[in-house]
Amino acid sequence: MIPAAFDYVRPSTVDEAVAALVAGGEDAKVLGGGQSLMPVLRLRMGAPSVLVDCSRIDELKGISDAGGAIVIGAGVTHDDVEKSALVREHVALLAKVTATVADRQIRHRGTLGGALAHADPAGDQPGTALALGATFTIAGPAGRRTVPASEFFVDYFTTAVGPDEVLVSVSFPKHAGWGAHYERFNRTAQAWAIVGAAATVRMDGGTIAEARVALTNMGPSPVRATTVEAALVGVSTLAGIAAAAAHAADGTRPTGDIHADPEYREHLARVLTRRAVAAAAGI
Amino acid sequence: MPHHISVTVDGTSYEADVEPRQLLVHWLRDDLGRVGTVVGCDTSNCGACTVLMDGRSIKSCSVLAVQADGSEITTIQGLATGDEWHPVQAAFKECHGLQCGYCTPGMVLATVDLLAENPNPTEEEIRDGLHGNLCRCTGYNNIVKSVQHAAGLMGGTK
Repeated sequence: MIPAAFDYVRPSTVDEAVAALVAGGEDAKVLGGGQSLMPVLRLRMGAPSVLVDCSRIDELKGISDAGGAIVIGAGVTHDDVEKSALVREHVALLAKVTATVADRQIRHRGTLGGALAHADPAGDQPGTALALGATFTIAGPAGRRTVPASEFFVDYFTTAVGPDEVLVSVSFPKHAGWGAHYERFNRTAQAWAIVGAAATVRMDGGTIAEARVALTNMGPSPVRATTVEAALVGVSTLAGIAAAAAHAADGTRPTGDIHADPEYREHLARVLTRRAVAAAAGI
Repeated sequence: MPHHISVTVDGTSYEADVEPRQLLVHWLRDDLGRVGTVVGCDTSNCGACTVLMDGRSIKSCSVLAVQADGSEITTIQGLATGDEWHPVQAAFKECHGLQCGYCTPGMVLATVDLLAENPNPTEEEIRDGLHGNLCRCTGYNNIVKSVQHAAGLMGGTK
């Protein structure tokens, strides 16, 4: 199908983009890589008055080492995130998850910032950003602010980024030396996650010293499995991991849909968490 | 309001004024007549509309023509050199990597992109690398063989 008509502007700086969003009012939308937005437009599920194309703003393009964290511009493509030596070394979980996003063509165009700001509850990267304790830099008419992942994901397809704001970058604390794994359950290769589990683990000898676990599609926004994380400390066996993972669904409120009812999602959360942690820990 | 774009398609430079909502695939087909690039699904799933943008595979149904401004596009019609097919095209013919042929332009371009990055893919890497392209006829086996044959023709060892 053909999208409804819209105006198009292509700013070259973040300030210009914010000004264009303010001028465009509530129906203005940011266009990043367009890999989520374009299907929405084609199916006419959305009809923005103006698209603000942020794909040629240099500031949104880089990946840099900020000492204790790796800072990724919101406009960096999945492909560039996945292949970045900095990301692979210091934020291995993000590199591994990103390699499973959609397909090659979509990873060539789609951006990490776009996927995070889109905040699909079945998307794999929001949970990953939550597990890793990412922080988000957002630019708006009043200047810039920084928001932690725990406050960034607000609801279904809703984040802390306001209608007149632009996500500038996402900062991931370094997790060098941590084991990492992502498990997703879906029907077919391209399908969205019915449930996903992101795990990153710091080992001390053969024992888990620290673990971070987040779940995809177990509610309107990604959730940290904090009970599991606490129970994993000191664990060195598969049985111990399974006992900790048994708490994966605690406090979650998954929906039921054509693919899975809530009880099945809770079961998947426990199974996928066990597998993800075991793989991340090498146990 | 139309926007002016400059795009190189299969080696030819084009200047055009396009409506912002026009998809790249429709500009290629309807305005340039390059109908080798086909529309399959309209949902971004099937990959039939795959072209190369600055050397990397993309789905031209999910990119606006105006976003292609300044880029170099290669479609299935720009792969051959004169009368000589690209090795990936030759391999798909040799191994009969198609039945109805509708997915073939996208399969071929996705393969060109995959082999540029990984000249010697394993079968698993081929299947994973092409999972953005759907074929409803072949069951994929001959497509995988075609990619392996193309890798050999292009200097890979498998």
